[in-house]
Amino acid sequence: MKDLNEDQVARSANLKGMGCSRKRVEDARFTQGKGNYVDDVKLPGMLHGDFVRSPYAHARIKSIDTSKAMAVDGVIAVLTAADLAPLNLHWMPTLAGDKQMVLADGKVLFQGQEVAFVVAKDRFIAADAVELVEVDYEELPVIVNPFEALQSDVVLREDIADQKEGAHGPRKHHNHIFTWEAGEEAATNDVIDNAEVVATETMYYHRTHPCPLETCGSVASMDKVNGKLTVWGTFQAPHVVRTVASLLSGIEEHNIRVISPDIGGGFGNKVGVYPGYVCSIVASIVTGKPVKWIEDRMENLMSTAFARDYWMTGKIAATKDGKITGLHCHVTADHGAFDACADPTKFPAGFMNICTGSYDIPTAYLAVDGVYTNKAPGGVSYRCSFRVTEAVYFIERMIEVLAIELNMDAAELRRINFIKKDQFPYQSALGWEYDSGDYHTAWDKALKAVDYEGLRKEQAERVEAFKRGETRSLMGIGLSFFTEIVGAGPVKNCDILGMGMFDSCEIRIHPTGSAIARLGTISQGQGHATTFAQILASEIGLPADSITIEEGDTDTAPYGLGTYGSRSTPVAGAATALAGRKIRAKAQMIAAYLLEVHDDDLEWDIDRFVVKGAPERFKTMKEIAYAAYNQAIPGVEPGLEAVSYYDPPNMTYPFGAYVCVMDIDVDTGVQTIRRFYALDDCGTRINPMIIEGQVHGGLTEALAVALGQEIAYDDMGNVKTGTLMDFFLPTAWEVPNYETDHTVTPSPHHPIGAKGVGESPHVGGVPCFSNAVNDAFRAFGNRHTHMPHDHWRIWQTANKLGLHG
Amino acid sequence: MSNKMHIKLNVNGEGHEFLAEPRELLIYTLRERLNITGPHIGCETSHCGACTVTINGKSVKACTMFVAQADGADITTIEGLGGPDNMHVLQEAFREHHGLQCGYCTPGMITRASKLLEENPNPTEEEVRFGMAGNICRCTGYQNIVKSILAAASELNAAKEAAE
Repeated sequence: MKDLNEDQVARSANLKGMGCSRKRVEDARFTQGKGNYVDDVKLPGMLHGDFVRSPYAHARIKSIDTSKAMAVDGVIAVLTAADLAPLNLHWMPTLAGDKQMVLADGKVLFQGQEVAFVVAKDRFIAADAVELVEVDYEELPVIVNPFEALQSDVVLREDIADQKEGAHGPRKHHNHIFTWEAGEEAATNDVIDNAEVVATETMYYHRTHPCPLETCGSVASMDKVNGKLTVWGTFQAPHVVRTVASLLSGIEEHNIRVISPDIGGGFGNKVGVYPGYVCSIVASIVTGKPVKWIEDRMENLMSTAFARDYWMTGKIAATKDGKITGLHCHVTADHGAFDACADPTKFPAGFMNICTGSYDIPTAYLAVDGVYTNKAPGGVSYRCSFRVTEAVYFIERMIEVLAIELNMDAAELRRINFIKKDQFPYQSALGWEYDSGDYHTAWDKALKAVDYEGLRKEQAERVEAFKRGETRSLMGIGLSFFTEIVGAGPVKNCDILGMGMFDSCEIRIHPTGSAIARLGTISQGQGHATTFAQILASEIGLPADSITIEEGDTDTAPYGLGTYGSRSTPVAGAATALAGRKIRAKAQMIAAYLLEVHDDDLEWDIDRFVVKGAPERFKTMKEIAYAAYNQAIPGVEPGLEAVSYYDPPNMTYPFGAYVCVMDIDVDTGVQTIRRFYALDDCGTRINPMIIEGQVHGGLTEALAVALGQEIAYDDMGNVKTGTLMDFFLPTAWEVPNYETDHTVTPSPHHPIGAKGVGESPHVGGVPCFSNAVNDAFRAFGNRHTHMPHDHWRIWQTANKLGLHG
Repeated sequence: MSNKMHIKLNVNGEGHEFLAEPRELLIYTLRERLNITGPHIGCETSHCGACTVTINGKSVKACTMFVAQADGADITTIEGLGGPDNMHVLQEAFREHHGLQCGYCTPGMITRASKLLEENPNPTEEEVRFGMAGNICRCTGYQNIVKSILAAASELNAAKEAAE
């Protein structure tokens, strides 16, 4: 970029465009308690719905008696599968090509499954009536282990027991869902069979849950007079919800309006379509009144979409000096009772095939087997692009295990195998084209920042002191280098239920030089109203403070696939920039007319078009906006509006280098994070303040998952972690201060070079924390222990290694 | 209903008088009956603090208190701390230091922080972290929340000094 003069610097600063830490426009309402979340929506005559849920993980339903519940004063209706069946709404399609019961149809398949929906005048009456619905269950054998499921004679899904073919190919067993493969199996086996060194490990990436602070909910209002259905809800993809609602209900799409109001965190939990949404809609259609459904925390943790639950076995082959030659990965994926993963259709295991990570691995093979069990359905991407967290955890653990096998430093092993800067765009063995990266620079910067060599020296001294009995504390150095794949995606290979994964922006410039832009995405805390205005300010030269951003109302916003998988900036952000450029192109024609020069005689200068070589002759964007509406210009339509639907040519590949320094008390298992350094490269940075905030938050969610958070079941299929008493959410007391840093390697194919960042810290953070724990015990023969590394499990590790004397 | 109780509350300086069932939870009274929707519901088990309000000078989680227990009480919610024309220092500080993202925990967080700074006007970072441990945030990782509260403490102390 050429140097700006003083006037240009001032004009540029006035825009608050890309690159500045603009304060968030959302904050005024949130800090004053004036947010508008779905539970704040109140309509006249509104009724409340509540579910009767199954106490059993697997049982046949012999009968349901709703008479006592119906007799309660204030109860309007009790819906069961029998009531929904005539409408063909007792089952619904999932995003993964399977189907799921809306209300239990003959049997229940997981604890907390929706059995009946009570509709009453208020929440308290509904809760009373839920207790009075009598369901006669006959218990069936419960399977909570996916390996057992594949051996068992017990048929979980009787509705598809005879189907040999599922949505993603052949099924091997009545509890098997799909096998999904990538790469070259024979070639990979060959490399491994003939390798100088092979490291093998099996790791369980436990089941957990995104658990946003606001649970899921909806308010449906069917206006029978004009035939319009309006649904407010916790939807990360409101436009998709509208289309699905139309397909399910038969109501024409123009008669459905879906509104995502403020959303209290999503993290993947609010991508799917849940029975509560469907039941609130049906209940409103049946009663003719608005019906609200808000789940409580226990319902949220027990029944709405979980994350992870992957058993991953890896074999990694290398030469004696550490050059990786091949990678083999097999996953047994526990999908619970229905395959309700939220992945692009062609990717039933998401982008698990990014599992070659940041390394130049010439030969690789991945196979994933999806399995039904008696657990809740889901498999959403909890603060990550589709299954990328699993993939990165897998490779970053395999690297550590290989380093042990080679008796080599894990940082050096990474450096030897990184994809080199000049290899981009890089074609991975499992089928992706990485857009850009400079891994060595980022890695060196990170290691230098933490004085890596000094840390290793200190760690070695600590081990010696421990052996001499001078300390009971060990030190772990957690490393991770991650490459994400986000921004789904090219429509040619990414769709959800057939809907291509483009996104959109529509801009309307007002005559006085302010604007409104609407997008197909929806913020859940990411600050879109702040950052998208910054992109536009830089593109069209109007101050960000003069640009309103609106999302989430399907009646006004252009169609888009929503916000998850870090796709807002890569896809909708690109649409925003391109729509802005369309505005600018028309503005240039208008300016040329006003200045009586040819279009080509003008050049863009921050907020104006200037006549080349005559800087005193210009028209500002504000002046152009006014002229666009108020001056007759031959051959140019009045007005200044643009719309862009953006189909990205590729995904984006953010990356980063993280280091965690942890002290572990061998006798209590308590881990203390002494230091955490996070370097992120998300390409062009739109708002550094917001990026840093995202990194802090993502790391904290990573800390939670790695160090204690899980959805655990007992053998009977009872959820053991159904409240915040048992389900670990870190507080301010348990969380360290993080050091953030960055490099900038723009995406070559994105209009502004941005890659997306919100999920990077989670993806990179989980293996970093986990590696720190495992590394602390490396000197004592530890190779791998499963997450979550809570105090009890760490104590057990120390005990098994004989460290308790 | 005959078993309803006669309740009086003073919320954000405004008196309210009504009949309520003994089982009515205070958070529902605030949100449903009085349309004070700043306090939110996050867990209904006292863990998350999204419903935090101040009752007779103490921080209380309104999701696990019956309104009957609050009879006669003085209650302050986020709405009573400050508004467009009289923003509380903490409300400004949270915006200035990016102490919030989705905003769902924010009303409870700021309400609790306001009490914390009354209890301890000059807290260390550790005291802030401990004093805020009853309020969960899923978005920010707390770093900027702590920063916001420490900045607000400095500002309040500076203002106090200037006044003296």
